[in-house]
Amino acid sequence: MTVILGQTFTGISIGAVLLLIALGLSLTFGQMNVINMAHGEFIMAGAYTTYVLQKSISSAGISLLVALPVAFLVSGALGALLEWLLIRRLYLRPLDTLLVTWGVSLMLQQLARDIFGAPNVQTRAPDWLTGNITVIGGDDPLTFANSRLFILGLAVAAVVALSLTLRLTPLGRRIRAVVQNRDLAEVSGISTSTVDRTAFFLGSGLAGVAGVALTLVGPIGPTMGTNVIIDAFLVIVVGGIGQLKGTVIVAFVLGVLQSVLEYSTTVSVAKVLVLVAIVAFLQWRPQGLYTLRTRSLV
Amino acid sequence: MNVLKGRSVRAWAGFAGAAVLLFAIAPLALSDFRLGLLAKYLCTAMVAVGICLAWGRGGLLTLGQGVFFGLGGYAMAMHLKIADAGPGNLPDFMQLYGTATELPWWWKPFENPAFALAATVLLPMAVAALLGLFIFRRRVKGAYFAILSQALAAALAIWLIGQQATTGGTNGLTDIQGFFGYSLDDPVNQRMVYFVIAAALLLLMAIARQLINSRYGELLVAVRDSEERVRFLGYDPANVKLVAYVVAAGMAGLAGALFVPAVGIISPALIGIVPSIEFVIGAAVGGRASLVGAVLGAIAVAWAKTALSEEFPAAWTYFQGLLFIVALAFLPGGLASLAVLVRRRKAVERKTAVIPVGEAA
Repeated sequence: MTVILGQTFTGISIGAVLLLIALGLSLTFGQMNVINMAHGEFIMAGAYTTYVLQKSISSAGISLLVALPVAFLVSGALGALLEWLLIRRLYLRPLDTLLVTWGVSLMLQQLARDIFGAPNVQTRAPDWLTGNITVIGGDDPLTFANSRLFILGLAVAAVVALSLTLRLTPLGRRIRAVVQNRDLAEVSGISTSTVDRTAFFLGSGLAGVAGVALTLVGPIGPTMGTNVIIDAFLVIVVGGIGQLKGTVIVAFVLGVLQSVLEYSTTVSVAKVLVLVAIVAFLQWRPQGLYTLRTRSLV
Repeated sequence: MNVLKGRSVRAWAGFAGAAVLLFAIAPLALSDFRLGLLAKYLCTAMVAVGICLAWGRGGLLTLGQGVFFGLGGYAMAMHLKIADAGPGNLPDFMQLYGTATELPWWWKPFENPAFALAATVLLPMAVAALLGLFIFRRRVKGAYFAILSQALAAALAIWLIGQQATTGGTNGLTDIQGFFGYSLDDPVNQRMVYFVIAAALLLLMAIARQLINSRYGELLVAVRDSEERVRFLGYDPANVKLVAYVVAAGMAGLAGALFVPAVGIISPALIGIVPSIEFVIGAAVGGRASLVGAVLGAIAVAWAKTALSEEFPAAWTYFQGLLFIVALAFLPGGLASLAVLVRRRKAVERKTAVIPVGEAA
């Protein structure tokens, strides 16, 4: 019983990390249909921001909390810059965007290597995140790591904040309008280019927040973005574009699936099986779990 | 008709020129070491032929060509490893990791050279057909297809690394000595491998050219430009795409198979996400829709990688990133589109030069 609960919790915490990574993508890829391969490097930027802040602020707890907004701003600014420099010229060519942003991601990785060195670096977790919470005591204990719970909380907070922003604020209303009908939004007086840039800022900023979270569970290195980006894109593909709830559900389902399969087979076999499951799922729902229904053929 | 004839004459002339260059000039002009490198670049170019067909002509951005390259490469390397070990012996790395006492069942068929050779092309084609059938039938397209193909590359590389006892893990299959009875240490035999690769590249280019100029080639471009319209005309775009994807996979498989004797190694690092996307950049720089452009682009980028990354590894990464950005954002037709532009401008000049004369007369 505790094994099942333990694996489920591991799965949920993997899912929470996936969700944090994929959340920014659900805005840039899901809403704006831009495939930004440099998203992983924005995560990396967030992680290195945490590292730098911890170097200058000695208290691990304060530096982590400061890192959250700072990483959001750093990655968001990088994203807005990328949008302004390149992506806005490529909105009609999504596949070319993919390759162009891959080039950007290569350059950012090399930049990180030149600044921080090729080996991975580590941050110290604050004391209040190093322990465990014992849920079931006794001979066969079930414990939840505090850092994992923190990430779960962060993921939930990010989802709530993003969905409230999209639903309630004027900015969110404009983003949704542009997503649903760009031309109509433009003639209604919405500056679609400003909305694009702001949405890109938000999505990339969320990548920075994900980067802060990743420092709690793994090392920080130049290739950390590449390692997670494919999984995050798969979450969006399976979840369907245009809506957040697909992303949320699929992130947790894939996390639990990955954890259960890893437990019953090996890590590498689990990866392959998850991919097979995804292709099989797309037979049933080729557009993903939830889609915006439109009458357009494409 | 004359235009068509002119095109085919020019194509034959180009083909003959390439053959002379590859078979006569390059072996004379280059040292054994450089010729070996060229053999490696030509393998990349073979993959680019497939990418030109699938992506340039069919609009299928396949970011997983490394998978098919790897399947072909591993099929060949498995046979060569078994042959190197000699009958009854296990390949060296299996003895090293020491868990298996006899060949795993899925290695056994590769003992047979005919099976292994067929598998280098047919196995990638079968995998592509299976995946393509599932993906294209359900109209999963565009970016979704690109991401799935990339996930496939990641999954295969991770799987290979995980199965160290039977696949060699991260190291891959290394230190391949012989090639169907010929020792690869001998420079003469290396030269032979080079000739085989050059011939294979020309063959693949001829096949691709025939496909591109056929009715099927027209249909493929039509699917790329407007899939729905093709569907309304009564064709099934899924089949059209499937053929291009499967042919491209077979080409990548052959390239991987010939890469193994040329370089002597196949490993997960050569087939994962990063090498898969590197296959695409060569075709993109040269001109994805132009066969010659894609091949020359692939060779040029592979050459630039060796030339630059040996001395300035950091500079190479920046340069590669810039290549992606410049080639795709600002020159989507690749260098080949520059040639077309020049030709068009010349034609316009000729016309403007002719018209006043006609008016005067």
